[in-house]
Amino acid sequence: MEVNDEMVDKLAHLSRLKFDDTEKAEIKNDLQQMIAFVEKLNELNLDGIEPLLHMSPEINVLREDEIKGSISREEALKNAPLHNEQFFMVPKVIKK
Amino acid sequence: MGYFCPLIMADYSKYEVVIGLEVHAQLLTQSKLFCGDSIAFGAEPNTHVSPITLGHPGTLPRMNKKAIEFAVKMGLACGSEIEKNNYFARKNYFYPDLPKGYQVSQHTTPICKGGVVKIKIADQEKEIHLTRIHLEEDAGKSLHDVDANNTCIDYNRAGTPLIEIVSEPDLRSGEEAFAYLTEVRKLVRYLEICDGNMEEGSLRCDANISVRMHGETKLGTRVEVKNLNSVRNVKRAIEVESKRLIEILEEGGTIIQQTRSFDANENTTFAIRDKEDADDYRYFAEPDLTPFHLKDDFIENIRASIPALPEQRIKDYTDRLQLSVYDAAVLTEERSFSDYFEKLIQHATNYKSAANWMSGPVKTWLNENNKQPEEFPLSAKQLSSLITLVDAGKVSFSIASGKLFPQLLANPTLLPEQIATEQNLIQESDVSAIGPVIDSVLAKFADKVVEYKKGKKGLLALFVGEVIKQSKGKADPKKTNELLIEKLKS
Repeated sequence: MEVNDEMVDKLAHLSRLKFDDTEKAEIKNDLQQMIAFVEKLNELNLDGIEPLLHMSPEINVLREDEIKGSISREEALKNAPLHNEQFFMVPKVIKK
Repeated sequence: MGYFCPLIMADYSKYEVVIGLEVHAQLLTQSKLFCGDSIAFGAEPNTHVSPITLGHPGTLPRMNKKAIEFAVKMGLACGSEIEKNNYFARKNYFYPDLPKGYQVSQHTTPICKGGVVKIKIADQEKEIHLTRIHLEEDAGKSLHDVDANNTCIDYNRAGTPLIEIVSEPDLRSGEEAFAYLTEVRKLVRYLEICDGNMEEGSLRCDANISVRMHGETKLGTRVEVKNLNSVRNVKRAIEVESKRLIEILEEGGTIIQQTRSFDANENTTFAIRDKEDADDYRYFAEPDLTPFHLKDDFIENIRASIPALPEQRIKDYTDRLQLSVYDAAVLTEERSFSDYFEKLIQHATNYKSAANWMSGPVKTWLNENNKQPEEFPLSAKQLSSLITLVDAGKVSFSIASGKLFPQLLANPTLLPEQIATEQNLIQESDVSAIGPVIDSVLAKFADKVVEYKKGKKGLLALFVGEVIKQSKGKADPKKTNELLIEKLKS
Protein backbone atom coordinates (compact mmCIF):
# COMPACT_ATOMS: atom_id res chain seq x y z
CA MET A 1 0.00 0.00 0.00
CA GLU A 2 1.34 3.37 -0.92
CA VAL A 3 1.08 6.14 1.63
CA ASN A 4 0.32 9.41 -0.15
CA ASP A 5 -0.32 12.96 1.03
CA GLU A 6 -4.04 12.51 0.79
CA MET A 7 -3.95 9.57 3.17
CA VAL A 8 -1.79 11.43 5.66
CA ASP A 9 -4.15 14.41 5.52
CA LYS A 10 -7.15 12.19 6.11
CA LEU A 11 -5.54 10.41 9.06
CA ALA A 12 -4.43 13.73 10.47
CA HIS A 13 -7.98 15.02 10.26
CA LEU A 14 -9.43 11.89 11.89
CA SER A 15 -6.88 12.14 14.71
CA ARG A 16 -7.34 15.89 15.04
CA LEU A 17 -3.61 16.43 14.50
CA LYS A 18 -1.79 19.12 12.52
CA PHE A 19 1.70 19.02 11.04
CA ASP A 20 3.77 21.26 8.84
CA ASP A 21 5.23 20.02 5.54
CA THR A 22 8.55 18.81 7.00
CA GLU A 23 6.73 16.80 9.66
CA LYS A 24 4.34 15.49 7.08
CA ALA A 25 7.16 14.13 4.95
CA GLU A 26 8.62 12.36 7.98
CA ILE A 27 5.29 10.91 9.00
CA LYS A 28 4.63 9.74 5.49
CA ASN A 29 7.93 7.91 5.49
CA ASP A 30 7.30 6.40 8.94
CA LEU A 31 3.84 5.25 8.01
CA GLN A 32 5.10 3.73 4.78
CA GLN A 33 7.65 1.70 6.69
CA MET A 34 5.16 0.57 9.31
CA ILE A 35 2.68 -0.57 6.73
CA ALA A 36 5.33 -2.37 4.73
CA PHE A 37 6.38 -4.18 7.92
CA VAL A 38 2.84 -5.34 8.67
CA GLU A 39 2.21 -6.21 5.03
CA LYS A 40 4.78 -8.95 5.43
CA LEU A 41 1.93 -10.93 7.00
CA ASN A 42 0.18 -11.00 3.65
CA GLU A 43 2.70 -13.61 2.56
CA LEU A 44 1.09 -16.15 4.91
CA ASN A 45 -1.68 -18.41 3.70
CA LEU A 46 -4.53 -17.78 6.15
CA ASP A 47 -7.29 -19.66 4.36
CA GLY A 48 -9.85 -20.99 6.81
CA ILE A 49 -8.28 -19.27 9.81
CA GLU A 50 -10.60 -17.12 11.91
CA PRO A 51 -9.16 -13.74 12.87
CA LEU A 52 -7.92 -13.61 16.45
CA LEU A 53 -9.87 -10.75 17.96
CA HIS A 54 -9.07 -11.14 21.63
CA MET A 55 -5.74 -12.13 23.15
CA SER A 56 -7.33 -13.74 26.20
CA PRO A 57 -9.34 -16.97 25.97
CA GLU A 58 -11.74 -15.61 28.64
CA ILE A 59 -15.40 -15.23 27.75
CA ASN A 60 -18.47 -13.99 29.65
CA VAL A 61 -16.69 -11.87 32.23
CA LEU A 62 -19.90 -10.21 33.33
CA ARG A 63 -21.04 -8.19 36.33
CA GLU A 64 -24.30 -8.09 38.22
CA ASP A 65 -26.43 -4.98 37.75
CA GLU A 66 -25.34 -3.17 40.93
CA ILE A 67 -24.64 0.47 41.62
CA LYS A 68 -21.09 0.97 42.85
CA GLY A 69 -17.80 2.60 42.04
CA SER A 70 -18.83 6.19 41.30
CA ILE A 71 -16.49 8.94 42.38
CA SER A 72 -17.33 12.39 43.72
CA ARG A 73 -17.84 15.27 41.33
CA GLU A 74 -14.78 17.06 42.77
CA GLU A 75 -12.63 14.03 42.01
CA ALA A 76 -14.17 13.66 38.56
CA LEU A 77 -13.51 17.25 37.59
CA LYS A 78 -10.10 17.82 39.16
CA ASN A 79 -7.97 16.60 36.23
CA ALA A 80 -9.95 18.40 33.56
CA PRO A 81 -8.06 21.28 31.91
CA LEU A 82 -11.20 23.40 32.05
CA HIS A 83 -14.21 23.04 34.34
CA ASN A 84 -16.51 24.86 36.73
CA GLU A 85 -18.11 23.43 39.90
CA GLN A 86 -20.55 21.31 37.93
CA PHE A 87 -19.35 20.71 34.41
CA PHE A 88 -16.42 19.72 32.25
CA MET A 89 -15.90 22.56 29.82
CA VAL A 90 -14.66 22.50 26.26
CA PRO A 91 -14.33 25.16 23.57
CA LYS A 92 -17.76 26.01 22.22
CA VAL A 93 -18.99 23.27 19.93
CA ILE A 94 -20.63 25.06 17.05
CA LYS A 95 -24.25 24.07 16.96
CA LYS A 96 -26.28 25.31 14.08
CA MET B 1 -49.57 28.21 -16.01
CA GLY B 2 -49.04 31.92 -15.43
CA TYR B 3 -45.68 33.64 -15.58
CA PHE B 4 -45.78 34.65 -11.94
CA CYS B 5 -46.34 31.34 -10.32
CA PRO B 6 -43.68 30.70 -7.71
CA LEU B 7 -45.75 28.02 -5.98
CA ILE B 8 -44.69 24.49 -6.62
CA MET B 9 -47.54 22.51 -8.06
CA ALA B 10 -46.08 19.14 -7.18
CA ASP B 11 -48.05 16.00 -7.85
CA TYR B 12 -47.28 14.24 -4.58
CA SER B 13 -49.34 11.18 -5.45
CA LYS B 14 -46.79 10.09 -8.07
CA TYR B 15 -44.28 9.43 -5.34
CA GLU B 16 -43.80 6.75 -2.76
CA VAL B 17 -42.25 7.66 0.58
CA VAL B 18 -39.86 5.06 2.02
CA ILE B 19 -38.95 5.18 5.70
CA GLY B 20 -36.77 3.17 8.03
CA LEU B 21 -36.57 4.01 11.72
CA GLU B 22 -33.69 3.69 14.16
CA VAL B 23 -35.03 3.58 17.69
CA HIS B 24 -32.72 3.89 20.69
CA ALA B 25 -34.20 2.53 23.89
CA GLN B 26 -32.51 3.16 27.23
CA LEU B 27 -32.57 -0.06 29.20
CA LEU B 28 -34.13 -0.10 32.67
CA THR B 29 -31.06 -1.40 34.44
CA GLN B 30 -29.83 0.10 37.70
CA SER B 31 -26.27 0.64 36.53
CA LYS B 32 -24.40 1.47 33.33
CA LEU B 33 -23.45 -0.96 30.56
CA PHE B 34 -19.80 -1.39 31.55
CA CYS B 35 -19.55 -0.02 35.10
CA GLY B 36 -21.54 0.50 38.29
CA ASP B 37 -22.60 4.17 37.97
CA SER B 38 -26.31 4.73 38.45
CA ILE B 39 -28.30 5.61 35.34
CA ALA B 40 -31.10 7.42 37.20
CA PHE B 41 -32.46 10.39 35.26
CA GLY B 42 -32.23 13.92 36.59
CA ALA B 43 -29.21 13.67 38.91
CA GLU B 44 -26.89 16.62 39.56
CA PRO B 45 -24.43 16.93 36.63
CA ASN B 46 -21.34 14.70 36.76
CA THR B 47 -22.31 12.85 39.93
CA HIS B 48 -22.93 9.46 38.26
CA VAL B 49 -19.45 9.05 36.90
CA SER B 50 -16.53 6.73 37.54
CA PRO B 51 -13.03 6.40 36.09
CA ILE B 52 -14.47 3.89 33.59
CA THR B 53 -17.18 6.30 32.39
CA LEU B 54 -14.60 9.06 32.10
CA GLY B 55 -12.26 6.84 30.07
CA HIS B 56 -9.32 7.17 32.42
CA PRO B 57 -6.26 5.10 31.52
CA GLY B 58 -5.87 1.76 33.22
CA THR B 59 -9.55 1.10 33.78
CA LEU B 60 -11.23 -2.14 32.80
CA PRO B 61 -14.90 -2.13 31.78
CA ARG B 62 -17.13 -5.11 32.55
CA MET B 63 -20.41 -5.99 30.93
CA ASN B 64 -23.74 -5.68 32.78
CA LYS B 65 -25.49 -9.07 32.65
CA LYS B 66 -28.95 -7.54 32.97
CA ALA B 67 -28.49 -5.49 29.79
CA ILE B 68 -27.86 -8.69 27.83
CA GLU B 69 -31.07 -10.21 29.21
CA PHE B 70 -33.08 -7.14 28.26
CA ALA B 71 -31.74 -7.05 24.70
CA VAL B 72 -32.45 -10.78 24.24
CA LYS B 73 -35.95 -10.25 25.65
CA MET B 74 -36.71 -7.65 23.02
CA GLY B 75 -35.33 -9.87 20.28
CA LEU B 76 -37.40 -12.86 21.38
CA ALA B 77 -40.53 -10.71 21.56
CA CYS B 78 -39.95 -9.64 17.95
CA GLY B 79 -39.07 -13.13 16.73
CA SER B 80 -35.46 -12.19 15.98
CA GLU B 81 -32.65 -14.68 15.66
CA ILE B 82 -30.45 -14.41 18.76
CA GLU B 83 -26.70 -14.19 18.15
CA LYS B 84 -24.87 -16.57 20.44
CA ASN B 85 -21.32 -15.39 19.88
CA ASN B 86 -21.15 -11.71 20.64
CA TYR B 87 -18.36 -9.22 20.93
CA PHE B 88 -18.18 -5.46 21.06
CA ALA B 89 -16.47 -3.07 18.71
CA ARG B 90 -15.12 0.43 19.07
CA LYS B 91 -16.63 3.11 16.89
CA ASN B 92 -14.01 5.83 16.77
CA TYR B 93 -14.85 9.50 16.51
CA PHE B 94 -14.12 12.68 18.40
CA TYR B 95 -16.87 14.57 20.11
CA PRO B 96 -16.69 16.10 23.59
CA ASP B 97 -19.67 14.12 24.94
CA LEU B 98 -17.81 10.89 24.15
CA PRO B 99 -15.14 10.73 26.85
CA LYS B 100 -13.13 7.79 25.49
CA GLY B 101 -12.96 8.97 21.88
CA TYR B 102 -14.94 5.90 20.84
CA GLN B 103 -18.37 4.44 21.44
CA VAL B 104 -18.58 0.78 22.36
CA SER B 105 -21.20 -0.83 20.15
CA GLN B 106 -22.00 -4.20 18.55
CA HIS B 107 -20.92 -3.38 15.04
CA THR B 108 -20.31 -6.84 13.60
CA THR B 109 -22.42 -9.09 15.83
CA PRO B 110 -25.77 -7.50 16.69
CA ILE B 111 -27.32 -9.54 19.49
CA CYS B 112 -30.60 -9.88 17.53
CA LYS B 113 -30.95 -10.31 13.79
CA GLY B 114 -34.18 -9.93 11.84
CA GLY B 115 -37.58 -10.01 13.48
CA VAL B 116 -40.93 -8.38 12.95
CA VAL B 117 -43.09 -5.71 14.56
CA LYS B 118 -46.74 -5.83 13.49
CA ILE B 119 -48.70 -2.64 13.05
CA LYS B 120 -52.37 -2.13 12.33
CA ILE B 121 -53.92 0.83 10.52
CA ALA B 122 -57.68 0.86 9.94
CA ASP B 123 -57.93 -2.91 10.49
CA GLN B 124 -55.15 -3.44 7.95
CA GLU B 125 -52.26 -5.41 9.43
CA LYS B 126 -48.71 -4.92 8.18
CA GLU B 127 -45.42 -6.52 9.16
CA ILE B 128 -42.47 -4.20 9.62
CA HIS B 129 -39.23 -6.15 9.44
CA LEU B 130 -36.29 -5.47 11.67
CA THR B 131 -32.74 -5.45 10.39
CA ARG B 132 -31.13 -5.81 13.77
CA ILE B 133 -31.20 -4.94 17.45
CA HIS B 134 -27.83 -4.28 19.03
CA LEU B 135 -26.41 -3.18 22.36
CA GLU B 136 -24.40 0.01 22.72
CA GLU B 137 -23.52 2.68 25.23
CA ASP B 138 -25.00 6.17 25.29
CA ALA B 139 -22.94 9.37 25.11
CA GLY B 140 -22.95 12.22 27.63
CA LYS B 141 -24.83 15.47 27.21
CA SER B 142 -23.50 18.69 25.75
CA LEU B 143 -25.03 21.91 27.03
CA HIS B 144 -24.43 24.86 24.78
CA ASP B 145 -26.41 27.50 26.65
CA VAL B 146 -25.08 27.24 30.20
CA ASP B 147 -21.87 29.17 29.61
CA ALA B 148 -21.30 32.00 27.15
CA ASN B 149 -17.85 30.94 25.96
CA ASN B 150 -17.72 27.19 26.45
CA THR B 151 -19.75 24.07 25.91
CA CYS B 152 -20.52 22.33 29.20
CA ILE B 153 -20.46 18.55 29.42
CA ASP B 154 -22.39 16.28 31.78
CA TYR B 155 -21.18 12.66 31.65
CA ASN B 156 -23.95 11.16 33.81
CA ARG B 157 -25.59 9.62 30.76
CA ALA B 158 -22.32 8.42 29.21
CA GLY B 159 -22.23 4.62 29.28
CA THR B 160 -25.98 4.13 29.83
CA PRO B 161 -27.07 0.89 28.18
CA LEU B 162 -29.09 1.26 24.99
CA ILE B 163 -30.53 -1.07 22.46
CA GLU B 164 -30.77 0.28 18.95
CA ILE B 165 -33.69 -1.21 17.04
CA VAL B 166 -33.16 -0.78 13.31
CA SER B 167 -36.09 -1.37 10.97
CA GLU B 168 -35.94 -2.24 7.30
CA PRO B 169 -37.21 0.53 4.99
CA ASP B 170 -40.70 -1.01 5.18
CA LEU B 171 -42.65 2.04 6.31
CA ARG B 172 -44.51 4.07 3.69
CA SER B 173 -46.01 7.04 5.54
CA GLY B 174 -45.82 9.17 8.66
CA GLU B 175 -48.91 7.37 9.87
CA GLU B 176 -47.23 3.97 9.55
CA ALA B 177 -44.14 5.28 11.35
CA PHE B 178 -46.43 6.58 14.11
CA ALA B 179 -48.07 3.16 14.45
CA TYR B 180 -44.71 1.36 14.41
CA LEU B 181 -43.15 3.56 17.06
CA THR B 182 -46.27 3.30 19.24
CA GLU B 183 -46.02 -0.49 18.95
CA VAL B 184 -42.30 -0.54 19.78
CA ARG B 185 -42.92 1.66 22.80
CA LYS B 186 -45.75 -0.60 23.93
CA LEU B 187 -43.48 -3.65 23.55
CA VAL B 188 -40.56 -2.27 25.56
CA ARG B 189 -43.01 -1.25 28.29
CA TYR B 190 -44.70 -4.66 28.37
CA LEU B 191 -41.28 -6.27 28.61
CA GLU B 192 -40.29 -3.74 31.31
CA ILE B 193 -36.93 -3.15 29.63
CA CYS B 194 -37.38 0.60 28.95
CA ASP B 195 -39.82 3.17 30.32
CA GLY B 196 -40.53 4.45 26.80
CA ASN B 197 -40.43 8.08 27.89
CA MET B 198 -39.61 10.13 24.78
CA GLU B 199 -39.70 13.49 26.59
CA GLU B 200 -36.90 12.40 28.94
CA GLY B 201 -35.08 10.82 26.02
CA SER B 202 -35.23 7.24 27.23
CA LEU B 203 -36.76 6.37 23.86
CA ARG B 204 -35.29 8.22 20.87
CA CYS B 205 -35.96 7.94 17.20
CA ASP B 206 -34.15 8.86 13.99
CA ALA B 207 -35.90 8.52 10.65
CA ASN B 208 -34.25 7.61 7.34
CA ILE B 209 -36.46 9.03 4.63
CA SER B 210 -36.32 8.80 0.85
CA VAL B 211 -38.82 9.20 -1.96
CA ARG B 212 -39.17 7.49 -5.34
CA MET B 213 -41.70 7.18 -8.13
CA HIS B 214 -44.29 4.46 -7.60
CA GLY B 215 -43.11 1.28 -9.28
CA GLU B 216 -39.45 2.18 -8.95
CA THR B 217 -37.54 -0.54 -7.09
CA LYS B 218 -34.31 1.33 -6.39
CA LEU B 219 -34.27 3.44 -3.22
CA GLY B 220 -33.82 7.19 -3.58
CA THR B 221 -31.11 9.18 -1.84
CA ARG B 222 -31.92 9.16 1.84
CA VAL B 223 -31.98 11.90 4.38
CA GLU B 224 -31.67 11.17 8.08
CA VAL B 225 -33.86 13.28 10.38
CA LYS B 226 -32.93 13.53 14.05
CA ASN B 227 -34.30 15.25 17.14
CA LEU B 228 -37.71 13.59 17.09
CA ASN B 229 -38.83 13.76 20.69
CA SER B 230 -42.39 12.49 20.49
CA VAL B 231 -44.31 9.92 18.48
CA ARG B 232 -46.38 12.70 16.98
CA ASN B 233 -43.28 14.62 15.93
CA VAL B 234 -41.94 11.56 14.13
CA LYS B 235 -45.09 11.60 12.00
CA ARG B 236 -44.94 15.35 11.44
CA ALA B 237 -41.26 15.34 10.55
CA ILE B 238 -41.72 12.53 8.02
CA GLU B 239 -44.61 14.35 6.41
CA VAL B 240 -42.83 17.66 6.10
CA GLU B 241 -39.51 16.12 5.01
CA SER B 242 -40.99 13.82 2.36
CA LYS B 243 -42.90 16.81 0.96
CA ARG B 244 -39.66 18.76 0.76
CA LEU B 245 -37.90 15.89 -1.04
CA ILE B 246 -40.71 15.52 -3.58
CA GLU B 247 -40.66 19.24 -4.27
CA ILE B 248 -36.90 19.11 -4.94
CA LEU B 249 -37.44 16.33 -7.50
CA GLU B 250 -40.43 18.06 -9.08
CA GLU B 251 -38.33 21.17 -9.56
CA GLY B 252 -35.72 19.06 -11.32
CA GLY B 253 -33.27 19.26 -8.43
CA THR B 254 -31.04 16.61 -6.88
CA ILE B 255 -31.41 15.33 -3.32
CA ILE B 256 -28.18 15.29 -1.37
CA GLN B 257 -27.51 12.81 1.40
CA GLN B 258 -27.78 14.76 4.61
CA THR B 259 -28.41 14.62 8.31
CA ARG B 260 -31.19 17.03 9.22
CA SER B 261 -32.87 18.08 12.43
CA PHE B 262 -36.58 18.62 13.01
CA ASP B 263 -37.76 21.95 14.40
CA ALA B 264 -41.11 21.18 16.02
CA ASN B 265 -42.06 24.83 16.51
CA GLU B 266 -41.50 25.80 12.90
CA ASN B 267 -42.55 22.39 11.55
CA THR B 268 -39.50 22.30 9.28
CA THR B 269 -36.25 20.41 9.02
CA PHE B 270 -32.82 21.97 8.62
CA ALA B 271 -29.47 20.49 7.62
CA ILE B 272 -26.98 19.65 10.38
CA ARG B 273 -24.32 18.14 8.13
CA ASP B 274 -23.79 16.77 4.67
CA LYS B 275 -22.67 13.21 4.31
CA GLU B 276 -20.42 13.80 1.31
CA ASP B 277 -17.48 13.04 3.56
CA ALA B 278 -18.40 9.45 4.28
CA ASP B 279 -17.98 8.77 7.98
CA ASP B 280 -14.92 6.72 8.77
CA TYR B 281 -15.36 5.16 12.18
CA ARG B 282 -12.50 2.64 11.93
CA TYR B 283 -14.36 -0.08 13.81
CA PHE B 284 -12.34 -2.77 15.48
CA ALA B 285 -12.99 -5.38 18.17
CA GLU B 286 -12.99 -3.87 21.67
CA PRO B 287 -9.96 -5.50 23.34
CA ASP B 288 -10.91 -4.51 26.92
CA LEU B 289 -14.15 -6.52 26.96
CA THR B 290 -14.29 -10.28 26.71
CA PRO B 291 -16.64 -11.72 24.09
CA PHE B 292 -19.89 -13.04 25.55
CA HIS B 293 -21.47 -16.27 24.45
CA LEU B 294 -25.10 -17.12 25.09
CA LYS B 295 -26.21 -20.65 25.89
CA ASP B 296 -29.58 -22.13 24.95
CA ASP B 297 -30.80 -22.45 28.55
CA PHE B 298 -30.01 -18.78 29.21
CA ILE B 299 -32.10 -17.79 26.18
CA GLU B 300 -34.91 -20.20 27.08
CA ASN B 301 -35.10 -18.83 30.65
CA ILE B 302 -35.54 -15.36 29.23
CA ARG B 303 -38.20 -16.61 26.81
CA ALA B 304 -40.10 -18.13 29.74
CA SER B 305 -40.08 -14.77 31.55
CA ILE B 306 -41.83 -12.90 28.72
CA PRO B 307 -45.40 -11.98 29.65
CA ALA B 308 -48.35 -12.30 27.28
CA LEU B 309 -47.83 -9.46 24.80
CA PRO B 310 -50.54 -7.12 23.44
CA GLU B 311 -51.16 -9.12 20.28
CA GLN B 312 -51.72 -12.30 22.27
CA ARG B 313 -53.91 -10.55 24.85
CA ILE B 314 -56.07 -8.95 22.17
CA LYS B 315 -56.61 -12.37 20.62
CA ASP B 316 -57.53 -13.82 24.01
CA TYR B 317 -59.92 -10.98 24.85
CA THR B 318 -61.72 -11.18 21.53
CA ASP B 319 -61.77 -14.99 21.16
CA ARG B 320 -62.22 -16.25 24.70
CA LEU B 321 -63.85 -13.27 26.42
CA GLN B 322 -65.87 -12.28 23.36
CA LEU B 323 -64.95 -8.60 23.70
CA SER B 324 -64.84 -6.25 20.73
CA VAL B 325 -61.52 -5.50 19.03
CA TYR B 326 -61.90 -1.91 20.18
CA ASP B 327 -62.37 -2.89 23.85
CA ALA B 328 -59.43 -5.28 23.63
CA ALA B 329 -57.20 -2.56 22.16
CA VAL B 330 -58.13 -0.08 24.92
CA LEU B 331 -57.52 -2.69 27.62
CA THR B 332 -54.08 -3.64 26.29
CA GLU B 333 -52.63 -0.17 25.68
CA GLU B 334 -50.66 -0.49 28.88
CA ARG B 335 -49.52 -3.68 30.50
CA SER B 336 -50.45 -2.69 34.07
CA PHE B 337 -53.96 -1.73 32.92
CA SER B 338 -54.37 -5.05 31.16
CA ASP B 339 -52.91 -6.89 34.18
CA TYR B 340 -55.50 -5.22 36.42
CA PHE B 341 -58.29 -6.23 34.07
CA GLU B 342 -57.07 -9.83 34.16
CA LYS B 343 -57.16 -9.81 37.95
CA LEU B 344 -60.59 -8.26 37.83
CA ILE B 345 -62.08 -11.01 35.67
CA GLN B 346 -60.86 -13.63 38.11
CA HIS B 347 -63.61 -12.27 40.38
CA ALA B 348 -66.12 -10.70 38.02
CA THR B 349 -67.30 -13.16 35.42
CA ASN B 350 -69.24 -10.67 33.32
CA TYR B 351 -66.33 -9.78 31.05
CA LYS B 352 -68.17 -7.10 29.12
CA SER B 353 -69.18 -5.26 32.33
CA ALA B 354 -65.62 -5.57 33.63
CA ALA B 355 -64.27 -4.13 30.34
CA ASN B 356 -66.78 -1.27 30.47
CA TRP B 357 -65.80 -0.43 34.03
CA MET B 358 -62.12 -0.42 33.04
CA SER B 359 -62.49 1.79 29.99
CA GLY B 360 -65.11 3.96 31.72
CA PRO B 361 -64.88 4.90 35.41
CA VAL B 362 -61.41 3.42 36.09
CA LYS B 363 -59.70 5.01 33.08
CA THR B 364 -61.41 8.34 33.73
CA TRP B 365 -60.23 8.31 37.33
CA LEU B 366 -56.64 7.47 36.28
CA ASN B 367 -56.61 10.25 33.68
CA GLU B 368 -58.16 12.84 35.96
CA ASN B 369 -55.74 12.07 38.78
CA ASN B 370 -52.79 11.53 36.46
CA LYS B 371 -52.08 8.13 38.00
CA GLN B 372 -50.70 4.87 36.70
CA PRO B 373 -52.89 1.74 36.81
CA GLU B 374 -50.64 0.25 39.52
CA GLU B 375 -51.55 3.24 41.71
CA PHE B 376 -55.28 2.57 41.46
CA PRO B 377 -56.48 2.42 45.10
CA LEU B 378 -59.09 -0.34 44.79
CA SER B 379 -58.13 -3.98 44.68
CA ALA B 380 -59.49 -6.01 41.79
CA LYS B 381 -61.61 -7.89 44.33
CA GLN B 382 -63.25 -4.72 45.67
CA LEU B 383 -64.02 -3.39 42.22
CA SER B 384 -65.41 -6.77 41.23
CA SER B 385 -67.81 -6.75 44.19
CA LEU B 386 -69.13 -3.40 42.97
CA ILE B 387 -69.57 -4.77 39.44
CA THR B 388 -71.30 -7.85 40.82
CA LEU B 389 -73.69 -5.61 42.71
CA VAL B 390 -74.74 -3.96 39.45
CA ASP B 391 -74.91 -7.23 37.53
CA ALA B 392 -77.12 -8.74 40.23
CA GLY B 393 -79.50 -5.84 39.76
CA LYS B 394 -78.99 -4.56 43.31
CA VAL B 395 -77.85 -1.08 42.28
CA SER B 396 -78.04 0.70 38.95
CA PHE B 397 -74.87 1.43 36.99
CA SER B 398 -75.36 5.16 37.46
CA ILE B 399 -75.67 4.82 41.26
CA ALA B 400 -72.67 2.47 41.30
CA SER B 401 -70.39 4.64 39.19
CA GLY B 402 -71.69 8.01 40.37
CA LYS B 403 -72.11 7.41 44.11
CA LEU B 404 -70.53 4.19 45.31
CA PHE B 405 -67.34 4.30 43.20
CA PRO B 406 -66.18 7.73 44.48
CA GLN B 407 -66.92 6.75 48.07
CA LEU B 408 -64.98 3.53 47.70
CA LEU B 409 -62.02 5.40 46.23
CA ALA B 410 -62.07 7.76 49.20
CA ASN B 411 -62.38 4.85 51.63
CA PRO B 412 -60.90 1.77 50.02
CA THR B 413 -61.61 -0.35 53.11
CA LEU B 414 -65.39 -0.08 52.82
CA LEU B 415 -67.52 -2.74 51.18
CA PRO B 416 -69.72 -1.62 48.26
CA GLU B 417 -72.81 -3.47 49.44
CA GLN B 418 -72.48 -2.04 52.94
CA ILE B 419 -72.38 1.54 51.64
CA ALA B 420 -75.34 0.88 49.37
CA THR B 421 -77.39 -0.60 52.19
CA GLU B 422 -76.48 2.11 54.67
CA GLN B 423 -77.36 4.85 52.25
CA ASN B 424 -80.51 3.15 51.13
CA LEU B 425 -79.37 2.81 47.52
CA ILE B 426 -80.24 -0.86 46.97
CA GLN B 427 -82.60 -1.24 44.06
CA GLU B 428 -86.04 -2.68 44.69
CA SER B 429 -86.61 -5.80 42.68
CA ASP B 430 -89.17 -7.05 45.14
CA VAL B 431 -92.75 -7.09 43.90
CA SER B 432 -94.04 -6.03 47.28
CA ALA B 433 -91.96 -2.86 47.15
CA ILE B 434 -92.36 -1.98 43.45
CA GLY B 435 -95.96 -3.15 43.10
CA PRO B 436 -97.61 -0.24 44.95
CA VAL B 437 -95.50 2.28 43.03
CA ILE B 438 -96.56 0.71 39.75
CA ASP B 439 -100.19 0.83 40.80
CA SER B 440 -100.00 4.51 41.65
CA VAL B 441 -98.25 5.34 38.34
CA LEU B 442 -100.83 3.45 36.32
CA ALA B 443 -103.61 5.21 38.21
CA LYS B 444 -102.04 8.58 37.54
CA PHE B 445 -101.73 7.86 33.81
CA ALA B 446 -105.03 6.09 33.32
CA ASP B 447 -105.59 7.72 29.91
CA LYS B 448 -102.17 6.52 28.71
CA VAL B 449 -102.97 3.03 29.92
CA VAL B 450 -105.99 3.05 27.63
CA GLU B 451 -103.86 4.17 24.69
CA TYR B 452 -101.30 1.45 25.52
CA LYS B 453 -103.97 -1.18 25.53
CA LYS B 454 -105.16 0.06 22.14
CA GLY B 455 -101.68 -0.75 20.79
CA LYS B 456 -99.43 2.23 21.57
CA LYS B 457 -96.80 -0.05 23.11
CA GLY B 458 -94.14 2.65 23.06
CA LEU B 459 -95.73 4.12 26.17
CA LEU B 460 -94.14 1.38 28.27
CA ALA B 461 -90.94 3.41 28.50
CA LEU B 462 -92.91 6.29 30.00
CA PHE B 463 -94.37 4.04 32.72
CA VAL B 464 -90.96 2.54 33.52
CA GLY B 465 -89.40 5.97 33.73
CA GLU B 466 -92.15 7.21 36.05
CA VAL B 467 -91.82 4.21 38.35
CA ILE B 468 -88.07 4.68 38.65
CA LYS B 469 -88.57 8.38 39.26
CA GLN B 470 -91.15 7.84 41.98
CA SER B 471 -88.96 5.21 43.64
CA LYS B 472 -86.09 7.74 43.63
CA GLY B 473 -83.99 5.57 41.36
CA LYS B 474 -84.26 2.48 43.48
CA ALA B 475 -86.62 0.42 41.36
CA ASP B 476 -84.75 -2.11 39.26
CA PRO B 477 -85.53 -1.19 35.62
CA LYS B 478 -85.54 -4.80 34.43
CA LYS B 479 -87.92 -6.01 37.12
CA THR B 480 -90.11 -2.93 36.70
CA ASN B 481 -90.38 -3.65 33.00
CA GLU B 482 -91.46 -7.23 33.62
CA LEU B 483 -94.00 -6.30 36.26
CA LEU B 484 -95.49 -3.52 34.15
CA ILE B 485 -95.99 -5.77 31.12
CA GLU B 486 -97.63 -8.31 33.38
CA LYS B 487 -99.97 -5.77 34.97
CA LEU B 488 -100.92 -4.14 31.68
CA LYS B 489 -102.00 -7.48 30.26
CA SER B 490 -105.06 -7.60 32.48
